[in-house]
Amino acid sequence: MLRLTTIELPFAAIGLIWNSMMSWAGGWFFLMAAEIFTVGQRDFRLPGLGAYLSEAASAGDLRAIGYGVTSLVLLVVILDQLVWRPLLSWADRFKVEFVESAEPQRSWFYDALMASRVFAWVRAHVHGCLESIEVRTQNYGRVANETKTVSAAPGVSAWMLRVGLSGGLIYGTVRAAIMLAGVPAAVWGHIALASGATLLRVMASLVLALAWTVPLGVAIGFNQRLARWCQPLVQIAASIPATALFPVFLLAILRFAHGMNVAAILLMLMGTQWYLLFNVLAGASAIPQDLKYTTALLDMGRFERWRTLILPALFPYLVTGAITSTGGAWNASIVAEYSTFAGRTVQTMGLGALISHATAEGAYPLLLASTLTMILIVTLVNGLVWRPLYRLAEERFRME
Amino acid sequence: MRDRTDLVQVDHVSQTYSSGARQFTAIQDVSLTLAAGEFVSLLGPSGCGKSTLLRMITGLQQPTQGCVLYRGRALTGVNPRATIVFQSFALFPWLTVQENVEVALKARGMSPRLRAARALDFLDRVGLDGFENAYPRELSGGMRQKVGFARAMAVEPELLCMDEPFSALDVLSAETLRGELLELWTSGQIPTKAILMVTHNIEEAVLMGDRIVVMEKDPGRVITEVPVPLAHPRRRKAAEFQAVVDQVYALLAGQTKTEPEELGTAPGEPGRTRELPNVTVNELAGFVEHLASLHTQRTDIFRLADELHTDSDRVLRLAEAAERLGFVIVAHGDISHTPLGETFAEASIQARKEIFAARVRRVPIVNWLLTMLKSADRHELEADVVQSALGLEFPPEEAEKQLAIAIDWGRYAEVIAYDHARGVIYLEAAGMASGGGTMTRQQNA
Repeated sequence: MLRLTTIELPFAAIGLIWNSMMSWAGGWFFLMAAEIFTVGQRDFRLPGLGAYLSEAASAGDLRAIGYGVTSLVLLVVILDQLVWRPLLSWADRFKVEFVESAEPQRSWFYDALMASRVFAWVRAHVHGCLESIEVRTQNYGRVANETKTVSAAPGVSAWMLRVGLSGGLIYGTVRAAIMLAGVPAAVWGHIALASGATLLRVMASLVLALAWTVPLGVAIGFNQRLARWCQPLVQIAASIPATALFPVFLLAILRFAHGMNVAAILLMLMGTQWYLLFNVLAGASAIPQDLKYTTALLDMGRFERWRTLILPALFPYLVTGAITSTGGAWNASIVAEYSTFAGRTVQTMGLGALISHATAEGAYPLLLASTLTMILIVTLVNGLVWRPLYRLAEERFRME
Repeated sequence: MRDRTDLVQVDHVSQTYSSGARQFTAIQDVSLTLAAGEFVSLLGPSGCGKSTLLRMITGLQQPTQGCVLYRGRALTGVNPRATIVFQSFALFPWLTVQENVEVALKARGMSPRLRAARALDFLDRVGLDGFENAYPRELSGGMRQKVGFARAMAVEPELLCMDEPFSALDVLSAETLRGELLELWTSGQIPTKAILMVTHNIEEAVLMGDRIVVMEKDPGRVITEVPVPLAHPRRRKAAEFQAVVDQVYALLAGQTKTEPEELGTAPGEPGRTRELPNVTVNELAGFVEHLASLHTQRTDIFRLADELHTDSDRVLRLAEAAERLGFVIVAHGDISHTPLGETFAEASIQARKEIFAARVRRVPIVNWLLTMLKSADRHELEADVVQSALGLEFPPEEAEKQLAIAIDWGRYAEVIAYDHARGVIYLEAAGMASGGGTMTRQQNA
């Protein structure tokens, strides 16, 4: 218990909070898809903002969409200010470093809480409670250790549990295999084509995201004054869930040729670009001033400067950002390529559309086959492309 | 003898920054010239603007007033005939040693074959033969700086500037590298016409320069120039060498001042607020102890740097802090401890704290902080508020540093306490010194 509270939790705190924030944002992204869905004949509807937005979108009620989107954005911004920023600010103390970082996380709400008397009272009492639990478990542990005897061989119940679990696993695998075997070759071919289409879309969204985040991120990262007023704007923009705006998007874009295709790429882009932007910002501001001076003293041209200094320095950050954002783009394809809107279904060819379609139709073999294909592709791309690049970044392009 | 033309003329240059409504002067009315054939050391304590001056001379930064002439022409951009060797080496970590040198030549449009040959030649001259395919991270600090030198020399600059080039190296590597650079310079193996070296280390300035330009801070300005009429190679132990070192120390330490001048005024009051020297109480105590343990009452300050295994900049800061607190007296490069300093050195931990507390209250910044805390609600103030008040006297980073020093000193004296989590400074209640933070705060409320 003491080890958990003094070593394990503090070291894990920052990672836990950042990851929770990311997952939280991912949750908003799938809000609409998660609250209303049909599987075969069955139609699931859960009360919630996502269901409201879906209804509004299928009814084509622009005013309702507006209300829904406004409240969603407000909700996200408020939660960001009242929950995540204070948590990050609080977690700053767990940073393991010996040099104070120049820009500590700040949160007005955290500062207000810390200054309030009510909170101080609550804190003192909670702290007292935790303290006594800690002391008690510590003592209990000591006693238990002293009286510990050689433990018996695993009991019968443990064995039964193991057998049960592995039995279930084998049964599941066999059922899945039979289901997959029933998928005709033509469907597999279709899945392959669809995968190719989605892969192209994911790449397109990555390229588009790179095209605007790198120049902007470098401009902001190199300019303190620009950074000061850009940072909060970017943070708010990034916290707005893209799916909420998707219906509005569709309304505008569907009229044009390849509308759904373009819309799908744009939606993926909206979900993925922020990871890249934040990484570019971090990378650009980490370039040492002396190296920038050196490029000026050596009289390097713009092209040389980007090639010798900026791109190599950004490389590790770009790889990290790209891993997260392409993963996100694959996920996003499920909602981006298939949409039920104003009573009609719009879809384009792609693996995500296939998954959504199979879900809606209750075509389980197809659903299983396409989902497994997506898992396989993402894992392969990670292993064959991103992992080696990541290693290269670690070995050669690390700034020290 | 090389030709005696003036390469660089710095003409009444000033640099001011504004932060909010306040203006801070980093450099005030500095003029100097650098002739061909000269090695000039630019010496001064940290924060006197010597690196800023170097950036102006190379054209990386434009002065707010005055101008820099190179060969009689005003600089409008980066000077293509000058280069800088940085304390941080400024090597590209993803390029090999050879590529790091070649990159400088590539920018000048040299063909691949020529630049490879040139790079290898200069790497050979600094003794890095055989390391051309290594990455900087595989090299020691001293070798990395050799790459820095090779890169700087490969473009054959007329003016070689160095910004504390040996400060990040260990003692032995630094000394070796100094010797090697001097050898290249004095033997005329490199086409460089003049060298300007920024340093805060007095001995280094005397060892290498033909002339020392001495700067002071608040505001950054040139106070004097000292010629070094010694032939190379110079021996540190030689009497003439020591005489120059002593002379420079006397210039930088112990310019006699009246007590109000010495202490300065409180922030917000008319007159200049003198900043607290950036030293920790532990270092200060060790320093006073060392002085008290010497057999003689009076010592040359310059000997202390050697005895304490540190550099002149730090010794000067410690001497200034100790003098401000009344533990020592500094005059003409000599330092002697006062009876109070002796008592402090010999006292027990608690007695030391009491002596320190009594003295630290007289320091205007600390006294000002204590007065504010006494009149504040619950006897506490947010650190941010205090820092912005200090911001009226100092630039932002300096205000932050000053607050940190005041808190460190105040904590040791047990007159001030600081809660890092809340960012709040509060008065340590008398007699409750050993009590916990929260206890004290509740009693104050």
